[in-house]
Amino acid sequence: MDILIYGIINSFSLALMAIGFTLVYGISRLPNFAHGALYVITGFLVWSLINLLKLNYVLSIILALVIMGLVGAAIYRFVLIRVRGMATSEIIATYALGLAILEFLRWGGFKGMTYTLPVFIEGSVTIGGIPVDFQRIIVIGIGIIVISFMWLFTHFNKTGLAFRGMAQDEHAAMMLGIDSDWMAVIAMAMGSILAGLSAIALLPLGNIVVEAGYNVLILSIAVCIVGGLGSWIGAIIASFMIGFLQIITVAYIQSHFQMVVALLAIIVTLILKPSGLFGRQKELEERV
Amino acid sequence: MNEQLTTAERRKERIDRGIKVRTEGIYAVSSWQEVTYLVLPRLILIAGLLLLPLVIPSLYWKRVVSIAGIYALLALGFDFLAHFVGLVSLGGAFFIGVGGYTAAILDKSLGLSPALTIPMAAVGGAFICTLLLFPALPLRGVYFAIVTLMYPLALMRIIEALNIFGGTDGILGVSSFPNRWIEQYCIIFTVIFALFGLRRLVNEDIGLVFRGVKDNDQAVRASGLSITLYKAIAVFIASGLGSLGGAYLSHIYMWSGISQFALDFSVIPIAATVIGGGGTLVGPVLGCFFLVPISEWLREFGTLRIVFYSVILMAFIMFRSEGVMVYAQRKYHQFERWVKV
Repeated sequence: MDILIYGIINSFSLALMAIGFTLVYGISRLPNFAHGALYVITGFLVWSLINLLKLNYVLSIILALVIMGLVGAAIYRFVLIRVRGMATSEIIATYALGLAILEFLRWGGFKGMTYTLPVFIEGSVTIGGIPVDFQRIIVIGIGIIVISFMWLFTHFNKTGLAFRGMAQDEHAAMMLGIDSDWMAVIAMAMGSILAGLSAIALLPLGNIVVEAGYNVLILSIAVCIVGGLGSWIGAIIASFMIGFLQIITVAYIQSHFQMVVALLAIIVTLILKPSGLFGRQKELEERV
Repeated sequence: MNEQLTTAERRKERIDRGIKVRTEGIYAVSSWQEVTYLVLPRLILIAGLLLLPLVIPSLYWKRVVSIAGIYALLALGFDFLAHFVGLVSLGGAFFIGVGGYTAAILDKSLGLSPALTIPMAAVGGAFICTLLLFPALPLRGVYFAIVTLMYPLALMRIIEALNIFGGTDGILGVSSFPNRWIEQYCIIFTVIFALFGLRRLVNEDIGLVFRGVKDNDQAVRASGLSITLYKAIAVFIASGLGSLGGAYLSHIYMWSGISQFALDFSVIPIAATVIGGGGTLVGPVLGCFFLVPISEWLREFGTLRIVFYSVILMAFIMFRSEGVMVYAQRKYHQFERWVKV
C-alpha cells in the first residue's frame, strides 16, 4: 500500500520536474541542461523574498515565477539564440550556464540544512493506514493541474497550437507565419516557470540544497529519454515507470540505488530504443 | 587606403601567404626560410613544453604542470572525438576514473611498478570504456553526450552504493613515481607524442574515414565500411588517452577515489577546447596549460572558479566560437587587405 501511495507521489514529482525540460526540447530542440539550476534558483528566490524582503508566501511565489519566466526568456534571447542549431554548442552553452548558476549559489554560501520553505498546509492525513502529509497531496494536485493545463493549452490555444506546429516541423511552421524565435522565447520562459513551479511544490518537503540541481537535471533527463525526447505523454508515462521503480528499489533493496535506477534507465533506454517509448524522431535519424 | 569607404565600397580580402603555398610541397626544404616557417611553431611548442618543468621553481606549481598535462590528454581526446569523428563526449571524468581505478587496483593487488601499471591501465581502461560505450556508439549528437555524461555519475553512485573499491574512501597507498623529474617528463613526453601522433593519424587514410563518419556517415556506410567499428576505434584512442591520464593521476596523488569521476574532468577539457580552438588539436593542449594554472590560482575562491570558467566558456561559445588557435593559424598562414569593390 505504501509503495502504491508513495509511488504515485514520486511519479508526480518526477513528472513536474520533467515537463519543463520536455516542453523546451519538444518545441525548440534545445536540450536545456540548465534546467536543474533553474529549479534550485527558484527555491532560493522564494526563500530570499520571504526571509529578506519579508513578503507574503503567496506573493513571493507569484513574484518568483514571474522572475523565472523573465530569466528563461532572457537566457534564450541573449545566450541560446546565438548557438541555435549547433548541437554541440547548445549542449555546452546550457551546461556551462547551469554549472555557473549552481556553483555560484554554492559559493554564495547557500548550502547546508538552513534553507527551507514552509509547507503550504501543515498536518497530514491517513490514507489506507499510511500517514501522508498534505504537501505531498498538494504535489499530486499541482501535477494534475499542470498536466491538464498543458494539454488544454496545446490543444485549444493559438500559442499552444503554434507550439505543436513548431514541434512537428519548424520550417513548415515558419511558412505559416509562426515566428520561431519568439515561440522559442515563450517556450523557454514557460519551461523556466514550470521548473520553478516544480521547485515550489517539491522544495517544502526537504531542504534547498545545490546538489538538488544536479539530481533534478538527471531525473528530468531520465524521464524525457525513457519517454522519448519531446513527447509529453511519453514523459508522463515514463515518470510513472521510473517513479514506481525508484520506490520499489528503496523498499526492497537500498535507498542508495535510487539514483542508480534513474541513470541505468537512461543508459538502457538509449541502448535498446534510443527514441524512447513515444519518441517521434525517426529512429534512423538518430541511429545509423 | 582611406578609412572613409564603407563596406559597400570595399571588402576585406583574405589570401594565403606566398610562403604557405611554397611550403606545401617537397620544395619546402629548398630554403632555410621555408624550413623555418614550417618548423618554428612546432619547435617553439615542443621546446616550451620541455622547458616548463625546468623554469618553474616551486614544487606546488610543478605539480600543477603535471595536472595540466593530464587535462591536456583529456582535451586532445575530446577534440579528436568531437571535431574529427563527430562524437561529443561529456564524460572525460569517465575515462579518468576508469583509468585511475584500473591503475590503483593493478598496483595494490599485483604490486606492479608505475612503469607497468600506467600502460596497462591505459590499454585496459580504453578497453573497458570502449566496451561500456559500445552499445551507445550508434547514437549521435545530444544522445551520445547524455550517455557519456551519465556514465561517470552512474559509476560514482554504484561504487558508493555497493561500497566496492574502497567505497567513499577510495584506494589509498598507491605507489608513487621514483622522483619528480620522471613524473614531469613522462607526462610531457606523452602529451607531445599524443599531440603529434593524433595529428598524423587524422591526416592518414583512417582520418579521412573518421571525418566521413562525422560529416556523412551514410556515404561511409555506402563504401562498405562499418561506422560502428570506426567509432569504436576512435573511442578506444580517446579513452586510452583519458585512462592514461587517470592512471597518472592515481600515481601522482598515490590515491584513487570517486572524486576522479568529478565534473571538473569533464568541464575543463571542453572549456580548453573551445577556448584553444576546436579541430586544431594543438589549441586544446595550449588551452589546458593556460586554464589549469588559472583554475589553481583561483582555488582560494572555492567553487567560484567553476563559475569563472563556465562563464568564459559561455562567452567564447557565444562570441568567439572558433577559438584562439584557429584565429592564430589564420593570421600565420594568410594576410588580409582591403580591396575596392
